Amino acid sequence: MTDVLAAVEIGTGEAVTFWVLGPIALAGALGMVFARNAVHSALFLVNTMLALGVFYVVQEAPFLGAVQIIVYTGAIMILFLFVLMLVGRDSSDSVVETLRGQRVAATVLGVGFAGLVGAGIARATQDLPVAGLEAVQGGAGGAADGNIEAIARLLFTRYLPAFEVTSALLITAAVGAMVLAHIEREPGSRQTQKELSRARFLTSEHPQTLPGPGIYARANSIAAPGRLPDGSPSEASFATGVEPQVVDELPPGGHSGGGWGPGAGRGDGPDGALGTTRGTGGELR
Amino acid sequence: MSVLAATDQPTLEDFGTDVWWIVVIKVVGVFGVLVVMTLFAIVFERKVVARMQQRSGPNRVGPRGYLQSLADGLKLAFKEDVMPAMADKPVYFIAPVVATIPAFLAFSVIPLGPEVSIFGQQTPLQLIDAPIGVLIVLACSAMGVYGIVLGGWASGSTYPLLGGLRSAAQMVSYEIAMGLSIVAVFLYAGTMSTSEIVAAQAGGNELDFFGLTFQGPSWYAVLLPVSFVIYVIAVVGETNRAPFDLPEAESELVGGFHTEYSSLKFALFFLAEYVNMVTVSALAATLFLGGWRAPWPISVWDGANTGWWPLLWFAGKVVAALFVFIWLRGTLPRLRYDQFMRFGWKVLVPTALVWILAVATMRTVSREYDLSSGEVALYVGVPIAAVVLGVLLVASRRANRDTRIAALNAAAGSINPTEPEVLPPVRTAGARRRPAQRSGPARAEGGFPIPPMDLVVPPSPRLGDGEPVAAGSVVSTGRRSRPTPATEEPDA
Repeated sequence: MTDVLAAVEIGTGEAVTFWVLGPIALAGALGMVFARNAVHSALFLVNTMLALGVFYVVQEAPFLGAVQIIVYTGAIMILFLFVLMLVGRDSSDSVVETLRGQRVAATVLGVGFAGLVGAGIARATQDLPVAGLEAVQGGAGGAADGNIEAIARLLFTRYLPAFEVTSALLITAAVGAMVLAHIEREPGSRQTQKELSRARFLTSEHPQTLPGPGIYARANSIAAPGRLPDGSPSEASFATGVEPQVVDELPPGGHSGGGWGPGAGRGDGPDGALGTTRGTGGELR
Repeated sequence: MSVLAATDQPTLEDFGTDVWWIVVIKVVGVFGVLVVMTLFAIVFERKVVARMQQRSGPNRVGPRGYLQSLADGLKLAFKEDVMPAMADKPVYFIAPVVATIPAFLAFSVIPLGPEVSIFGQQTPLQLIDAPIGVLIVLACSAMGVYGIVLGGWASGSTYPLLGGLRSAAQMVSYEIAMGLSIVAVFLYAGTMSTSEIVAAQAGGNELDFFGLTFQGPSWYAVLLPVSFVIYVIAVVGETNRAPFDLPEAESELVGGFHTEYSSLKFALFFLAEYVNMVTVSALAATLFLGGWRAPWPISVWDGANTGWWPLLWFAGKVVAALFVFIWLRGTLPRLRYDQFMRFGWKVLVPTALVWILAVATMRTVSREYDLSSGEVALYVGVPIAAVVLGVLLVASRRANRDTRIAALNAAAGSINPTEPEVLPPVRTAGARRRPAQRSGPARAEGGFPIPPMDLVVPPSPRLGDGEPVAAGSVVSTGRRSRPTPATEEPDA
């Protein structure tokens, strides 16, 4: 036993990592409890989980560390966050106590529970000899020469039934959630995207998007309608509930039409401004 | 594996023994490589896409415009940093950092070359390797999702939130497909360390084809083609690149998750996206394209896999992978969101699972009967692949039958070839409907929108003689049949 004890020695790097990341993990855990905003809580939890992942890596269990980060931090917490984001940004926790004395009781009970668990673990491991991961796994050059191989060997030999039962449990849970959330529809009662689009193109007056307002060079408001090639405003681009606005005509040349109408904007408006007036106007219509 | 390759090939024991200044040089080197590759990738992308669209692309800054992204980066740094009033300030600030740091971190396990000598120190051309090398890349990409999701949430605005939600769902689902596609590589290589995966692709794939013995390809892209294809598709989704760029679909979500970001924070998001692209390209080269080892015609030369030369082959492979990214962007339209998720969950993940099963079975069989992986690929893989491809071809032809016939009919002049019956009109609630367009021709009888038949193009003022272009003539609609002239006067 003393040999093994001597073999397990905590290096400087490991100690430094522990004393740097330990407080960070603890701060994350406390922040998770005390943060008012649900998303902030989730982020503090992510922080703690990341720190745990690094701890695993430092303690020569790199596979466990990577899985901790990929599965818990990367997938499960993202799904948590996904739901929390849908709740809305401003929904902070209410500070009103619905049960009187609830907070004090929760604090006392929480601290007491933590104390009990901590003391229990401390007592149980007080004089336990430290074997080290290397020895547990069979040592270098032993049955398994590495963390990944050791885990794989144990998982697929001694713990195979537990592993299979756990996966069955997870699949059952996933299928159950799908069954509960699934809405059975009569086959054919719902038009597919293809049918909907075909129906829209075949029957609607205007299958494509309506033209946008005339936010071009001379106006900056949705009240300014878009213009057709002949310069008249496009009625389809009128914004709902806003009086269409007359936009300034283009410089010099003057506008012949005066106001909106099929003829407005023709004459020598834009072409006049460009300096060539030949070939426009009357010849077109 | 030849003796020469064996001496140069770093093993896991070679890592973690460097002098501190070598580590510093490597860290700075990796950072520099990524930043330079980002600057290069942006210009490269703009140039290539411009070429594909018959434009010239950026051509003002520097020689032939190659310093454009440097100028853009400097410009971004000097722009005003806007903090939206509704933003959640700490999270808004952290998000771009969270997106960027894992992107850089992931590249640390990519092997850039064999053992080289830096100032007299023998060291592998790779920052660090671990028994779980590739999992570090996966962990980093998992962390990178947080940056995008939090950026979308913290902006306090609708479009970024939608972009953030989309990216959360998208990256989690495509990460599964990506992880599953790599499993087959782990099975074949027998390791998760990047440098050892490269070593496992070093050749030695003897093929005995009816008496003829030759070296078969040993790249996993050839031996595990399904994995490679799934990996390529999944990482395009994972890096939010077109045609899977739904989190920042500019035609739907303005800018997506980074709509509210400006200045350096936006630059960080931009940087993270391109660094991720470079990283997954490098990982594709490492896992499937033989890593830094020279491709076939070059590998005949003995010195190809020694010294600093492999850095060049590796860079070439990464640039080729980046080109594929750009090519996809220049070619494919963006998928609809539901199609995209369905593709991920119902096609990629099941295919990957079945493929892993097949690969694991073949591994066991080849071990039992003492076959080389090349023989397995040749005698089992190729026939099965032929059968599967044949079935897929027939199935897709059958599935597309209606569309194909409709296209043929349309080409022959039919306007409404497949639907004699008209489906009931779909009307949205009346309140939001704007007045119907009064001017312009009403919808033509055909059904699908066609350009106005009597469109008259006004003459260009720049034409000196003012010759009206096709005044009064009918503009071609591009259909093969003669267009029917519009019967109604457009203006009421």
